[in-house]
Amino acid sequence: MPLPPLPDEAVVLGASASSWRDALRLAGGALVSSGAATDAYTDAMIALVEEHGPYIVISPGLAFAHARPGAAVRRDGLSIVTLAEPVAFGHPHNDPVRVVLGLAVDGVGSHLESIGEIANTFNDAAVTGRLAAAATADEVRAIMGVSV
Amino acid sequence: MKIVTICGAGIGASGILKVNAEKALATLGLDASVVAADVASVRAVSEDANVILTSQEFVEAIGSTYAEVIVIRNHFDQGEITAAVDRALGEH
Repeated sequence: MPLPPLPDEAVVLGASASSWRDALRLAGGALVSSGAATDAYTDAMIALVEEHGPYIVISPGLAFAHARPGAAVRRDGLSIVTLAEPVAFGHPHNDPVRVVLGLAVDGVGSHLESIGEIANTFNDAAVTGRLAAAATADEVRAIMGVSV
Repeated sequence: MKIVTICGAGIGASGILKVNAEKALATLGLDASVVAADVASVRAVSEDANVILTSQEFVEAIGSTYAEVIVIRNHFDQGEITAAVDRALGEH
């Protein structure tokens, strides 16, 4: 399975977020708008950070927002949120966050192919900055190598 | 040899570490299995592990283990991950 599609509803560019929770709500809201998840999934993404800390900021400037598969996931989905002003998540090395990548997966197992694609994309250290500077959803899809 | 990658849900961050650890093994010409798991199952899954790759946030919860616990700062930095795998499993 390649990466899930990234429709316009799943892309939010130049958003304002006053806290990491706001930033995750935007990424979760985009997954809800595109039909990939329900509001409960957003709550679960926030709960994961409340429980374990800001480890989802896995590289400089990038938060990888996700929760476990379950009833709140309607189908596999991606979302991208770029922030007009970077937001601190409290990560000791990778703050502040400029881009939030949201992921919903329908089941464990098949998701590793998506994860592999995400790694292939973001192992290029320039990608987060290019996403942060993207002006259109088409530009984001081109950087991510995904369809509408 | 066995590498375990650990994060909160066993899906995202640990999945990225698994994929990039497998690339590191290929680069180094080493053979090991790589398993991604959530921190709640670290005891069971890392019993026979040589190395645990994780984020700083999980070190305390992982606790004492026979495996070498290595913190990865940038999960997309193939250089950092390859160096960690080489340090732990390479022949020196």
